[in-house]
Amino acid sequence: MNARITFAVAGRVLTQVRRDHRTLAMLLVVPCVLISLLWWMFDDLPGDMFDRFGPALLAMFPFIVMFLVTSVTTLRERSSGTLERLLTMPMGKLDFLMGYALAFGLLAAVQSALAVAVSVGLLGLDVNGPVWLLGLVAVVDAVLGTALGLLVSAFATTEFQAVQFMPAFVLPQILLCGLFVPREAMPGVLEVISDLLPLSYAVDAMQELVGRADEREVWRSVGVVAGFAVASLALGAATLRRRTP
Amino acid sequence: MMKNIIEVRDLVVVRGSQEVLPGISLDVTPGVTGLLGPSGCGKTTLMRALVGAQRLRSGSVEVLGEPAGSAPLRTRVGYVTQAASVYDDLTVAENLTFFARVLGVERSSAEEVVASVGLADHRHQVVGRLSGGQRSRVSLAVALLGSPEMLVLDEPTVGLDPVLRRDLWGLFHRIADGGAAVLVSSHVMDEAERCDRLLLMREGRIIADGTPSEIRTRTGAADIEQAFLHLVEGAAA
Repeated sequence: MNARITFAVAGRVLTQVRRDHRTLAMLLVVPCVLISLLWWMFDDLPGDMFDRFGPALLAMFPFIVMFLVTSVTTLRERSSGTLERLLTMPMGKLDFLMGYALAFGLLAAVQSALAVAVSVGLLGLDVNGPVWLLGLVAVVDAVLGTALGLLVSAFATTEFQAVQFMPAFVLPQILLCGLFVPREAMPGVLEVISDLLPLSYAVDAMQELVGRADEREVWRSVGVVAGFAVASLALGAATLRRRTP
Repeated sequence: MMKNIIEVRDLVVVRGSQEVLPGISLDVTPGVTGLLGPSGCGKTTLMRALVGAQRLRSGSVEVLGEPAGSAPLRTRVGYVTQAASVYDDLTVAENLTFFARVLGVERSSAEEVVASVGLADHRHQVVGRLSGGQRSRVSLAVALLGSPEMLVLDEPTVGLDPVLRRDLWGLFHRIADGGAAVLVSSHVMDEAERCDRLLLMREGRIIADGTPSEIRTRTGAADIEQAFLHLVEGAAA
């Protein structure tokens, strides 16, 4: 690992995103609009439906968005030859991966800060735990999305295919994360599968913060998400090869 | 006898079910060496092997006395792929600054290489909006960062106008005069006369190796294109 190279990659990725105004706007504005839409949808209904669904949505945004953005950008990096060139230079695989994780982690921090500010400040989401912890869960979650995006980009040869990994990898996690049906109420097999999927733990952490706010439980869930992120980064590193056939 | 910068011995490369390089051996000394041959003859595969990007079946590839692609070589070798391997959404200057940081070379050398490929006026333009020839020169500029001792250039002059082509060949010779080996591939035989030495390649094999005049004399041909035909037809007969 080399800090200079890692920061060079992170800085470059951020410059690319900054230059792409439309992507930047989508990254930052769309989550705020969607969470407001969710609040508005439940506005006339009795009970605290927004408090039930809001946290899960806050967990999903950074994950989905970073998964998509990373899988497409790294695929471009593979197909344009820049990755091959970088790997003939003194670029470690981890430098490359950590650079991406750092850049998208930072973007996720800004994105979640905005989404959390809108949810808590404007829409009255009740958070019983510390609000900063909500932001931290979102960042870890974004790093997980980045790590998985890097990993699946190795198995796609076109941007079309990369985008198709979104329904294949992400939608099942959304269905099984406990948002629609509490995880313990699912059929046994699905509950086991849900226990194996990282997004379930991200949603658990968010819901815990809004509900009982047992910080130990939150940290346990964040730990599991971080573990998944590290494992995917390691697997992703294995897919980066200096020598290709 | 000049020392070899590149030594390839019995190199075999198989891609899919095809044996692209069936056991090639060659040496490259300092100076500008042209690797000439038709499309699909294995030039790119050979060049990828020299920079350590190609998986090998057997044989050995040594560059500057080290196994090709080994860590000590990664700052000493410059490589330009056929497609411009630069970031289209960054400016010329941003691309160069990024690669300079990766290589750990001075920021000032990023400005020098932009000037040496004639793009100083386009420094702050986004690469995606440049012409094809300009983009490939940005890619070439990246390879020049840190004054590498070996430059591997895969068809760097394709599609460029004659004036620019002449200027670039002038640049290759200036770099070679500094003691580096510059290996330039081309499928256009008329670039042959600009090289100090030629390697003619066909179907994964080197069919001739020498200075342009040596090859012409040996084959009794008027130019390298004729010499190539002569060698191929001579081998078939």
